[in-house]
Amino acid sequence: MNEIVGSTVSRAEVEDLFYIEADLLDTWRLDEWLALLTDDAFYYVPPNDKPDADARYTLFTIADDIVRLRERIIRLKDPNCHAEYPLSRTRRLISNVRITGVDGDIISASANFVIHRFRHNDLQRVFVGHYRYKIRRQGGRLKIAERRAILDAEELGLLGSVSFIL
Amino acid sequence: MNYQPSGHDFVVENPEQQTFFVNREVFVSDDVLAHEKAAIFDHCWVYVGHASEIKNPGDFKTRPVAGRPIIFCRDREGEVHALINCCRHRGALVCREREGNARQFYCMYHGWTYHPDGRLKSVPGADAYGPAFDNAEMGLVAVPRLESYRDFYFANFDRDAVDLEGYLGKAKEYIDLVVDQSPSGKMQIISGTQEYDIRANWKLLVENSVDDYHLISTHSTWLNYMRNSGVNVTPPKGELLPTRGFGKDLGNGHLTTDNPNYRGRPVAKWISVYGEDAKADIDAMRNELVSRLGSARAARVADTNRNLCIFPNLVINDGSSVTVRHFYPVAPDRMHVIAWALGPVEETEAQRARRLHAFLTFYGPGGFATPDDVAALEAAQLGFAAWREVPWSDLSRGMGKPRDQQLATDEGHIRVFWRRWNELMETRA
Repeated sequence: MNEIVGSTVSRAEVEDLFYIEADLLDTWRLDEWLALLTDDAFYYVPPNDKPDADARYTLFTIADDIVRLRERIIRLKDPNCHAEYPLSRTRRLISNVRITGVDGDIISASANFVIHRFRHNDLQRVFVGHYRYKIRRQGGRLKIAERRAILDAEELGLLGSVSFIL
Repeated sequence: MNYQPSGHDFVVENPEQQTFFVNREVFVSDDVLAHEKAAIFDHCWVYVGHASEIKNPGDFKTRPVAGRPIIFCRDREGEVHALINCCRHRGALVCREREGNARQFYCMYHGWTYHPDGRLKSVPGADAYGPAFDNAEMGLVAVPRLESYRDFYFANFDRDAVDLEGYLGKAKEYIDLVVDQSPSGKMQIISGTQEYDIRANWKLLVENSVDDYHLISTHSTWLNYMRNSGVNVTPPKGELLPTRGFGKDLGNGHLTTDNPNYRGRPVAKWISVYGEDAKADIDAMRNELVSRLGSARAARVADTNRNLCIFPNLVINDGSSVTVRHFYPVAPDRMHVIAWALGPVEETEAQRARRLHAFLTFYGPGGFATPDDVAALEAAQLGFAAWREVPWSDLSRGMGKPRDQQLATDEGHIRVFWRRWNELMETRA
């Protein structure tokens, strides 16, 4: 499999995508971030007690198709999104990037994340977990078809709301 | 005459001036919290869980109830129990998992084991105890009272409390309106728990859960999302909200909003967010409701949204979807919230997916609205640091109107909570 993977995509290429994405999210360039996604993309945050569940049968924290994800971005850019106004400062550390499979035009990849989040008048909060991605090459560029941010915390607890993009 | 009261009472009502104030000390004081635990949480019926969560013999869930570690479980004979998760020997938790199916509960400290109905099963080295030691007395302690209404289980730590149905009173009708969505009268908690802390006093979430006055200012981004999706959310001239709803007193401190629906209902009112292909299915569900309940009752079930608060700390919001959530104070300025989605057991895969999608448009820590509620409550709690200088929260909206004409954007229903809270705090002072 590694040979096939090697012929279609390299880990460095996937890492570049993840690092660019992390930068766009940390700098709140959300429209540019949306442009990294396919037109049929999904964004999931499973519930802490059912990290492997399917959003059709299980109540997730976030389960956005691209339509709702675009609405989420409209909301996040609005000063009336009170949970993110003033905007959080976030800093994402992405590591342990691996290509986990290639099936047709879908590249599966995973990575670990630590997201430090700072807010005026608020606790410092640390979101720790891993990503599972489905990536598709479109017009020579890697695009995100699905991203799943799976938190390690047993419950959200003092992490509170997931009001920014994980 | 001054608008705001002087003095140090917690709740001050002045019908002549049409004012109702709550002293913000009740949101910050350790003494008040200690007294609430004794006077309210130890005497009221508090939510434990739903029968559907422990469907099979041996199934269990562990969770805090009124601050106690509880095992909510079904024994081998199918009986439901709420056992205090505390070994009779030296006090350790006898079950440390979130959920599962158990043949027995095993205390890992010294190895005492208990049956799923709580009876003591075995004690290593039992011969070291004197003749008075009796296995029959030394089972796990059950909550003093455990009763259910339509599969919702509640505990009471006061053995002498009125029975649950008497306690719920008129709130039962509003639970029925939720359960009637199911053709078989069986609802289920859907898998996936939303469990999060809010750095604010627990009573603020009671107020917020039923407060429709905040919708326009706190949730404008959600309204935009609905509008962008083709839902008509524009209030008629002279109104604050898209529809004119009411806030109701259900007795015993229970209260609800009762609003004509505009935001869609999985059972059974279509909105554009659901997509064109859902229309026929929603129509069929509506027809089932009408044939089962008659058109008037079907309209009550399908055309109204109701945010119901069962005193003191259970909220069932039957709005964009159904959420069951309860919360308990960790400290005066912090609460722990546990919330689920509820749906009819017979929903098809498509119907269930639609319900969950609708849930996340508004509710939960990643929803389009709840995070802003949390932000509002936390902002209020930060403001309360000045409770001595700015002591009064104002809940006077609608004070000049009869109690049966309170709008959901008035505060009459929120005053119902506060009057009952004050009564219990004073009775047991």
